[in-house]
Amino acid sequence: MTQRRSYQVGTGLFILLGFAALAYLATQTTSVANFRQGESYTLKASFTNVGQLKLRAPVKIAGVRIGSVEAIDLDPAKLEASVRLAIDKKFDQLPDDSSAAIFTSGLLGDQYVGVQPGGSPDMFKDGDEFVLTQSSLQLEDLIGKFLVNGSPSPKPAESGDGSAKPPAPDQHQ
Amino acid sequence: MSARPTSRLGDALAQVGACGLFLLQVLGAVPKSLRHFRETIRQIWFVGAMSLVIIMTCGLFVGAVLGLQLYDVLSRFGASAMSGTVVALALYRELGPVVTALLFAGRAGTSITAEIGLMRATDQLAAMEMMAVDPLAYVAAPRFIAGVVALPLLACVFNAMAILGAHAVCVSWLGLDGGTFWSNMTASVDVWTDVVNGVWKSVAFGAVCTLIATFNGYTTAPTSEGVAYATTRTVVFSSIATLALDFVMTAFLT
Amino acid sequence: MSHANPPERADALVEVRGLSTVLNGKTIFDRLDLDIPRGRIVAIMGPSGTGKTTLLRHITGQLRPDAGEIRVDGHDVPTLPRDALFALREKIGYLFQNSALLTDYSVFENVAFPLRQHLRLPEEIVRNVVLTKLQAVGLRGAAGLMPHELSGGMARRVALARAIVRDPMLILYDEPFVGLDPIALNQILKLIRTLNDTLGITSILVAHEFDAVARAADEVYLIAGGKVAAHGTPAELARGESAWTKQFFGGEADGPVPFQYPARDYAADLGFPERTR
Ligand SMILES: Nc1ncnc2c1ncn2[C@@H]1O[C@H](COP(=O)(O)OP(=O)(O)OP(=O)(O)O)[C@@H](O)[C@H]1O
Ligand SMILES: [Mg+2]
Repeated sequence: MTQRRSYQVGTGLFILLGFAALAYLATQTTSVANFRQGESYTLKASFTNVGQLKLRAPVKIAGVRIGSVEAIDLDPAKLEASVRLAIDKKFDQLPDDSSAAIFTSGLLGDQYVGVQPGGSPDMFKDGDEFVLTQSSLQLEDLIGKFLVNGSPSPKPAESGDGSAKPPAPDQHQ
Repeated sequence: MSARPTSRLGDALAQVGACGLFLLQVLGAVPKSLRHFRETIRQIWFVGAMSLVIIMTCGLFVGAVLGLQLYDVLSRFGASAMSGTVVALALYRELGPVVTALLFAGRAGTSITAEIGLMRATDQLAAMEMMAVDPLAYVAAPRFIAGVVALPLLACVFNAMAILGAHAVCVSWLGLDGGTFWSNMTASVDVWTDVVNGVWKSVAFGAVCTLIATFNGYTTAPTSEGVAYATTRTVVFSSIATLALDFVMTAFLT
Repeated sequence: MSHANPPERADALVEVRGLSTVLNGKTIFDRLDLDIPRGRIVAIMGPSGTGKTTLLRHITGQLRPDAGEIRVDGHDVPTLPRDALFALREKIGYLFQNSALLTDYSVFENVAFPLRQHLRLPEEIVRNVVLTKLQAVGLRGAAGLMPHELSGGMARRVALARAIVRDPMLILYDEPFVGLDPIALNQILKLIRTLNDTLGITSILVAHEFDAVARAADEVYLIAGGKVAAHGTPAELARGESAWTKQFFGGEADGPVPFQYPARDYAADLGFPERTR
């Protein structure tokens, strides 16, 4: 009888341990850890190119996380990416002329939305849109520009964009 | 009687078919086995809790060696910061469920087969039938349920230990910044596509491994050689089935 | 002890009609007919390998015959669906020839197993019932032992206690006397008789010891060559006029019952040229 009891207690502990491990994995080692369940408000931003930006990527000011990417869509009229950002309620003092840009953490790291605070006395309200945005830096573009500028070709930089872009997809295929 | 090579394929197919039928029988016996719930608890203890030590030890070492290798390789690309991320992704998606299932087949699967095989050889299964106790409900189903429940939990423990092992190597030993290790991991690992899909995999592996172990025990030839042979087959077939199923599930889940 | 003559086939608990079985190409039964009357102890005897255990397996539905009818308490066993078969088995006690104790459970838990599986009894009652049955087979003191700590004869007695623990309506004993010393054998004989006298339990007793059988059984079936070779009270068979009974109870090697399992010529098997006479 006592033997039987100890099995049951032991099995219970084992199951608890398993679920504790699962909870640990799920909450401490995944994006859930960055996911504050607190109140948030929504801001919008349009980018000509979001690059590798993913859902739930962090939104940061000065390297500090203030929210996350909630949705990424194509604006059918402008044919631009429209990104919805969920910003924590406690960061509601963002000047409405702040700008948003897509950065890459490190050379190969994930992309995030960086916010550069502006100087306006008015603050963003729920549903507002960033006026100033800067798209993701495309590595291919950079390399293309570098190649064109580095070459003796006298062509101006703006046409460099056009001439550098076509080879890029080719290289990938 | 059918030792000709042409019939080998037929034999194999017949085995797979018999195993499938056995699965249906076991599933059919699951509701009845709830009457013997204590037996299920006991089996979770034997199959799961008793495997903890080997699973935790192996998890720690697998994590440590992954950390070591990936830190070294990624440093060559200046991306050592991603060590934690890659370790976690490799573990959650593949290594955790697969390695745990292989260890499980060796540790728990063999003991299930040997135990049931011996019960068959010594007429204990027949004795149960004569006492109007269905061995499918009393012997097979509790072990099957135990495997399905225990393997995902073991895989989670394995993964957690491996993460700690990788952290110990990368951060404490090789000097990677702890904040970088965690923040890169949390930025790229997704609960649903990585952690939960891995758990689903190990649920499937648990079902397959215990099914094969129980089936081999149940159909053991009632001899010492029969039990030995059945035990070997459990390890071989469980491993093959796990790896093949892993490929299929990876192809369909992601 | 007095034994009444076999009653007029009024009420048979087990009826076997036209039973035919072929195992591995060997004919075990060839249209066998047999009746076990309710409330009686019927012994089944016969040479080793004649199919006594197989007959018990047919009666309990562990093995399906190739042809024939087996009725137990009105149910046709071979066609019974699994649930009904299990319900029937709950009323049958079966002593396996090799004991078949559950090796992971103690003696006590082995005997308690049928009770625990089918009845929700308070622990105290389980304990009382189990200890009573163990006392009856003289092993109450061994309740805490594990099966591997028992001798062969002790294991048989534990298996016997397990077979009778639920006071079934029918008990099948496959060689209950194997490995028992004369004292234990006497006690077990008495136990089988008592179960029959006090509870009216029908018993089928497979055994080779004719003396013991003669003291316990009301009727004896002698099975040989797939058929009933002789049938009657033990006294009738002991007087036996037929060649079967003479050889079997006289223990002679030569007679209608071959001592040898069917085989090739002995000399040829040993590699000598076949004798030609
Ligand atoms: N599973 C089986 N497969 C094939 N043949 C079997 C099987 N079981 C028993 N037999 C054969 O059936 C015959 C009868 O076996 P059974 O065990 O019924 O004999 P028995 O009368 O109980 O003998 P004993 O007195 O030695 O116990 C034997 O010749 C045996 O070889
Ligand atoms: Mg026998």
